[in-house]
Amino acid sequence: MKVIVPVKRVPDTAGEKNIDPNDKTVDRDGIESVLCPINEFSIEEAVRLKESHGAEVKVLLMGPESAQPILRKALSYGLDAAVQITDDALAGSDAIGTARAIAKALEGEEFDLVIFGNQATDARTCVVPAAVAEILGLPSLTYARHLEVDGDKVVVHREHEEGYDVVESTLPAIVSVVEAINEPRYPSFKGIMAAKSKPLDVKSAADLGVDTSQVGQANARAVLTEFEQRPPKEAGTIVEDDGSGSTAAQLADWMQSKKFV
Amino acid sequence: MGELLVLIDHAEGQPRKLSLQMLAAANQVAGQTGDTVSAVWLGEGGAGAAEVLGRHGATKLYSWNSSDAFGYVTLPQVEALQQVIDTSGAQVLFFASTNLVKDVAARLAIRVEAGVITDATGVEVVDGKLQATKEVFGGELITRCTFADGVKQFVGISNNAFVAEETGGGAAELVEIDVTLSETATKAKVTSVEKQVTADRPDIAEAAIVVSGGRGLGSEDGFKLMEELADVLGAGVGASRAATDAGWYPHRYQIGQTGRTVSPMLYIGSGISGAIQHRAGMQTSQNIIAINKDGEAPIFQIADFGIVGDLYTVVPKLIEELKARKG
Ligand SMILES: Cc1cc2nc3c(=O)[nH]c(=O)nc-3n(C[C@H](O)[C@H](O)[C@H](O)COP(=O)(O)OP(=O)(O)OC[C@H]3O[C@@H](n4cnc5c(N)ncnc54)[C@H](O)[C@@H]3O)c2cc1C
Ligand SMILES: Cc1cc2nc3c(=O)[nH]c(=O)nc-3n(C[C@H](O)[C@H](O)[C@H](O)COP(=O)(O)OP(=O)(O)OC[C@H]3O[C@@H](n4cnc5c(N)ncnc54)[C@H](O)[C@@H]3O)c2cc1C
Repeated sequence: MKVIVPVKRVPDTAGEKNIDPNDKTVDRDGIESVLCPINEFSIEEAVRLKESHGAEVKVLLMGPESAQPILRKALSYGLDAAVQITDDALAGSDAIGTARAIAKALEGEEFDLVIFGNQATDARTCVVPAAVAEILGLPSLTYARHLEVDGDKVVVHREHEEGYDVVESTLPAIVSVVEAINEPRYPSFKGIMAAKSKPLDVKSAADLGVDTSQVGQANARAVLTEFEQRPPKEAGTIVEDDGSGSTAAQLADWMQSKKFV
Repeated sequence: MGELLVLIDHAEGQPRKLSLQMLAAANQVAGQTGDTVSAVWLGEGGAGAAEVLGRHGATKLYSWNSSDAFGYVTLPQVEALQQVIDTSGAQVLFFASTNLVKDVAARLAIRVEAGVITDATGVEVVDGKLQATKEVFGGELITRCTFADGVKQFVGISNNAFVAEETGGGAAELVEIDVTLSETATKAKVTSVEKQVTADRPDIAEAAIVVSGGRGLGSEDGFKLMEELADVLGAGVGASRAATDAGWYPHRYQIGQTGRTVSPMLYIGSGISGAIQHRAGMQTSQNIIAINKDGEAPIFQIADFGIVGDLYTVVPKLIEELKARKG
């Protein structure tokens, strides 16, 4: 079976995050960037399918050349090959534009299953997986907290506010996973060394036949126009409890003054 | 004059709180544009909600009274909505910015040429164009977004960003619709639905108050104390990743960067350090209370009221105090 794992490069949550005031896109150079943490779960799920079903797994990333270390990192978990979509025409794409480019790249590949993360930790729109599925005319079994492949059938437990839905479909299909699905392992030293020489296929919009009037910042349907830093918060009241719990009454007073009681 | 559509999110025949908040958002826009607001109810029970939706400003209610809406994954809802958009000519759709509904918006956006803005906390019309406010990077930045010319506009509304308001309208006019699903729409089946929520406690995304526990609870039992506090306040219960990873509370309640985002009126964190990844999911809460025995814990930087102390001393006393004040 063949599996593709699309991954995103995101700013490290713990680091600085900037939006470039000129082009209003996330400034990804000069800040700490990482493989989106949720993709560690989608990669782990793919590695498990390698182990259980002998799956062949490719990782796919849309992003500038400088994002290549993210692909190598993904490969170090033991994935087989990488595809990078990179083109100036794609810069600043909105979620729908991103989905269009990823869908085109997937059209050129063979796959039974595509495993996304349920969200990316920067923009967190969660729009990309279902939009890709729509473009490709495939089922979107998203928010998987459990995934099983049996022959040409896939069963997913879709997590939501109230519990989960058990859903099933035939392959090929698009899935996305939530953090509850597994426990990602660390790459082995051997994996890290091997990643350096694994095949990386770099493709332009033209290579993939992406219609450039549908992607990129100029053609985004959703546009960021303005942004500002959140105003700093006023310092709160901090009290030290002497071990008797007497501060609880003070807190209750405060809650009462704010009408929470 | 056009119609603004609001996709009603519902459970057990009742619109969720967020649906009434979305109607408030739509009314606000309608007040600027002169459009009318129409609700769309997919699945059973719509007719019964015509009254309450009307009272909150919906003049029409498109209802697809069918168990198929949720019998298959996402696509039945997409196809029903597509039909409503095609027949009504609506250009704007408000939807619940929650996981499963975002999928509906995403797929539909491809079909009807729409842009999608998710997680909006404000909406207004500026120079004739719909604009949405959204807080990103855990609330560090406040952005304004709009749509390209000529595309349909889908805006995902965040929980608790708007206040539900009655407008004095009568019951919404019920327009029953009938949908013939494509073959594709019935390919992915829902074979069962497992309810796992604790009864009578609001979900953290909807709750006005969220009580959250972390590694400092020390054990699964600590969550009993959190639930006790929550129940005095009518709150939902959330957890840090350290707590969900330890298996003390289900993953669905994890708040943070890789968990869920909450923005309640009040957040109470006990035994939570307030690591940046946790803050990314809760720092837009309007009021924050922190109880932690380490005075240096980063959560105190964003707390409106903080107690440096042992939660096992403070929280039981707090529960007593609150009960006493409630009388
Ligand atoms: C702060 C901020 C807010 C934004 N808000 C919006 C908005 O409201 N509407 C909108 O249309 N656009 C928005 N964008 C643009 C959007 O981030 C990009 O279009 C982006 O490429 C999609 O990212 P996402 O985080 O939304 O993806 P999600 O849909 O959250 O990501 C889900 C999964 O898709 C995969 N994936 C996502 N991007 C890539 C990629 N480039 N390559 C490979 N796999 C990928 C990953 O597996 C990921 O886990 C926003 C951007 C920023 C920075
Ligand atoms: C990629 C990534 C994603 C992540 N995503 C998330 C996420 O979504 N959500 C999330 O929460 N975390 C997330 N984390 C983890 C995050 O970095 C922290 O490890 C986590 O939030 C810590 O949880 P905690 O505050 O409960 O535990 P700790 O940091 O261990 O803090 C426990 C606190 O309890 C206090 N304490 C102990 N005993 C008591 C007592 N008796 N009374 C009062 N106080 C007491 C201690 O002083 C301490 O401050 C993520 C991390 C990474 C790397």
